[in-house]
Amino acid sequence: MSALPESTVARRARLAWLAALVFLIAAPFIGLYPIFMMNALCFAIFACAFNLLLGFTGLLSFGHAAYLGAAAYFTGWLIKSAGFTPELGILAGMLGAGLIGLVVGLIAIRRQGIYFAMITLAMAQMVYFVWLQAPFTGGEDGLQGVPRGKLFGLLPLASDIAMYFVVLAVFVAVFLAIIRIVRSPYGQVLKAIRENEPRAVSLGYDVDRYKLLAFVLSTSLAGLAGSLKTVVLGFATLSDAHWSLSGEVVLMTLLGGMGTFAGPVLGAFTIVGLQNFLADRVGSWVTVIIGVIFVVCVVGFRRGFVGELLAWQKRRKGN
Amino acid sequence: MKLKQLAAACTVALASMFGAATTAQAQISGDVIRIGIITDMSSLYADIDGAAGVEAIKMAVADMGGAINGKKIEVLYADHQNKADVAAAKAREWFDTQGLDMLIGGTNSGTALAMAKVAAEKKKPFIVVGAASSALTNEQCNPYTLHWAYDTVALAKGTGNAVVKAGGKTWYFLTADYAFGAQLQNDTAAVVKAAGGTVVGSVKHPLSASDFSSFLLQAQGSKAQILGLANAGGDTINSIKAANEFGVTKTMKLAGLLVFINDIHSLGLKTTQGMYLTDSWYWNRDPEARAWSRKFFEKVKRMPSSVQAGDYSATLNYLQAVKATGSDDADKVLAHLRKSKVNDIFTKGGYVRDDGTMVHDMYLMQVKSPDKSTEPWDYYNVVETFKGDTAWTTKAETKCAAWK
Amino acid sequence: MEIFGIPLQAFLGQLMLGLVNGSFYAMLSLGLAVIFGLLGIVNFAHGALYMIGAYVAWLAMDKFGIGFWWALVLAPLVVGALGVVIERTLLRHLYRIDPIYGLLLTFGLALIAEGIFRDRFGVSGQQYEVPELLQGATNLGFMVLPNYRAFVIFASLLVCLVTWWTIERTRLGSYLRAGTENPALVQAFGVNVPMMVMLTYAAGAGLAAIAGVLAAPVIQITPLMGSNLIIVVFAVVVIGGMGSILGSILTGLLLGLIEGLTKVFYPEASSIVVFVIMAIVLMIRPAGLFGKEA
Repeated sequence: MSALPESTVARRARLAWLAALVFLIAAPFIGLYPIFMMNALCFAIFACAFNLLLGFTGLLSFGHAAYLGAAAYFTGWLIKSAGFTPELGILAGMLGAGLIGLVVGLIAIRRQGIYFAMITLAMAQMVYFVWLQAPFTGGEDGLQGVPRGKLFGLLPLASDIAMYFVVLAVFVAVFLAIIRIVRSPYGQVLKAIRENEPRAVSLGYDVDRYKLLAFVLSTSLAGLAGSLKTVVLGFATLSDAHWSLSGEVVLMTLLGGMGTFAGPVLGAFTIVGLQNFLADRVGSWVTVIIGVIFVVCVVGFRRGFVGELLAWQKRRKGN
Repeated sequence: MKLKQLAAACTVALASMFGAATTAQAQISGDVIRIGIITDMSSLYADIDGAAGVEAIKMAVADMGGAINGKKIEVLYADHQNKADVAAAKAREWFDTQGLDMLIGGTNSGTALAMAKVAAEKKKPFIVVGAASSALTNEQCNPYTLHWAYDTVALAKGTGNAVVKAGGKTWYFLTADYAFGAQLQNDTAAVVKAAGGTVVGSVKHPLSASDFSSFLLQAQGSKAQILGLANAGGDTINSIKAANEFGVTKTMKLAGLLVFINDIHSLGLKTTQGMYLTDSWYWNRDPEARAWSRKFFEKVKRMPSSVQAGDYSATLNYLQAVKATGSDDADKVLAHLRKSKVNDIFTKGGYVRDDGTMVHDMYLMQVKSPDKSTEPWDYYNVVETFKGDTAWTTKAETKCAAWK
Repeated sequence: MEIFGIPLQAFLGQLMLGLVNGSFYAMLSLGLAVIFGLLGIVNFAHGALYMIGAYVAWLAMDKFGIGFWWALVLAPLVVGALGVVIERTLLRHLYRIDPIYGLLLTFGLALIAEGIFRDRFGVSGQQYEVPELLQGATNLGFMVLPNYRAFVIFASLLVCLVTWWTIERTRLGSYLRAGTENPALVQAFGVNVPMMVMLTYAAGAGLAAIAGVLAAPVIQITPLMGSNLIIVVFAVVVIGGMGSILGSILTGLLLGLIEGLTKVFYPEASSIVVFVIMAIVLMIRPAGLFGKEA
């Protein structure tokens, strides 16, 4: 039995979220490299989008990088060669990713579990090879020289600080949106599907349509992460669509805690931070470390940081 | 609920600190001269440049005394793994947070083009040594990029002309599918056609392809006299090996358009003898180069490639310019580099042109047969020297706005 | 004479090369199909085991002077032992939970293997000589085929045949199939099911290793050789039907041939043709060509 009234718990929760937000707002001014933070925030969006599918709907998409990469390329090309302003370019990238997600989803939704994962992986590979060959992506060289431009044609984004706050704003918006989706009646049905799909079917829900919508939402938001990243860094390359990135986002979500809100964000920051910190020092061992974290998580840490924390809290309350 | 969110905030904070810790020095430090090299240290081109290239740079720093006017010289290095995004991100990070004064890099045209953009944005000098794409000083030229050792035009003019003159009129290209490969093929095809030859066909292979059998079969089917290898590093080695395996070398002659001494060393003289190639430098070319190469050999246990010699030369000349102007301000140093001549173990009478090319002599060489080689690494005969201006893109051909 | 605008010689030559590649795919997907069909594990580490097999062959030659023919025996033993360790210590815990975790675990193992080998050996790759007996080439009239590549076809098909026959036609195979379908019952009959499971995984790993040794003389031995191939191999298994051994073998061969043809007419698409086929097959027959509906 909880010793505190619900309103106090809710108030404390909001205070903690506020503290995190304040920290993020202050970040560039307290010496954290803005480019790193923006990169991490983009991957946090990616992980949250992925978690919507895995943690809340129970679908493992093992080729999610395809959507991040697709949007990255679309946005990059539209801004650089068609003169789109950044917000239109990002929007267009998102839509593009969502469209590809729709096509893949239509093919893959028919199967469950492992088969679903394998199909998404193979479809992602197909998309990857299209990028490899298509002239507009620049192939191995990547799409370079994407200007930051002016947001809405007014606000110049060349300054890292200005760009940072735009990225932060988008991140907060996505985060809140996901909370809204999950807590809505639609989200409840998704959770029911995750828990016990046959029962959801027997209750009369058109399960395939719910899953497909979740898939498209997830891929669009993953695309948003890719588009943002392109504007921040000024290029889109094959690494954005490579299957190793698909694996990494699974790890971010698993490590942080599937099916929680803060989990994927934590996971993203940890993995991106790790890669950044270790890349110079230990070279190839970064891959090994990521692999070890995978193994450890799967064998003994399946609930992830936040999941374990929640479970510990429940045990405490239980006593 | 509360604890979880608090823990969340804390961990985000810690993770960010953790990750950004190394990059938190936001001040540009003015009392150290920092030179950074971003190149391929672990993959396809690791032998041609790689860690040994870093050694060459350190040799140049040592030859300048390790410091200039009291300011220490520091060398940073990173592995771009042939990924343009890694190269660009690392370059940006060094400029923003490490006070990098000069960037050296390449061994992959895609990464070099990406880094050139970052350097131009940050208005700092970027000297390309290993990458070959002529676009760096042509369509994509900018005032901060210098191209030091060689480019696809120089290679094409050298090997292309020589082979056509020797009777190789019909060509088929096996090309690596990225900026460098395409550029090399285009430049060589133009030279071949201008010299009276014809290009019968071509096929593109993915970078670091493991199996060349299918492509070689197609090359054989083309019935061309010459198989032009528009690739480099491990890809070239594997192409040559497979060509021998499938008997392609019995009906076609190989023209390696970008071959380094490390490739010959890997394949052996038996497989490569008689092959023509164009390069910017050879360790056994003259006594001065030989002396320097022996010093290099002591450190690295193999003879330097032209790229590693280029790393040394570029660093040396940059540092000399810094010393002469008394500052590490990018514009002043670049202006000085453009005014002075390059006279070192790499070349004599070289100079930097308005489009960024460091103009110097190129050499057409032929691989010796095993019986003519007198010592380890003695692989080439210098057949012809292309003097300065004849080897590079001419003013009439250039698309670089700064040089018109 | 021309077929679809390509000279017959070139056409046949590419088909031949396609057959060589197809036998490779068949061998690789065989191990994967065995492990998934019998154990229900999606073994993402398969590519890494293949790579380790190749390195064992190279190290055996480089450090101990052990030749190709011995390596064909040594590598599967070494990698099989590794498979035993993996199954014993890690995979065993995952049978009762969602199979997704098995996939993720083996994915992590693949990363570890790749990272360690990358650090130790670099990415440029090692050269491995074709064994003396098989050097040289034969002029088949329409093309010159190196003898070694012809050997690869025969060796792969032999291994595939033996494996298929063992699993589908012998008593041991039937114990295996029964034991994974209903472990409790089979165990009650006195068959040591956990031991069988362990040996099955080891056998799958051994198959990957043999493929690695066969690949060593023709493909550059690099830490990335497995990850480059693994997804294609998965696609082959999915097309063939994830539980079907025969399906994987036939699909592997078929894919090699189709890829060979694609390289002639539209080489840029040769890398993705397997995925296109997969999409089409899954839309018509969701369980794969030879698979049974779950």
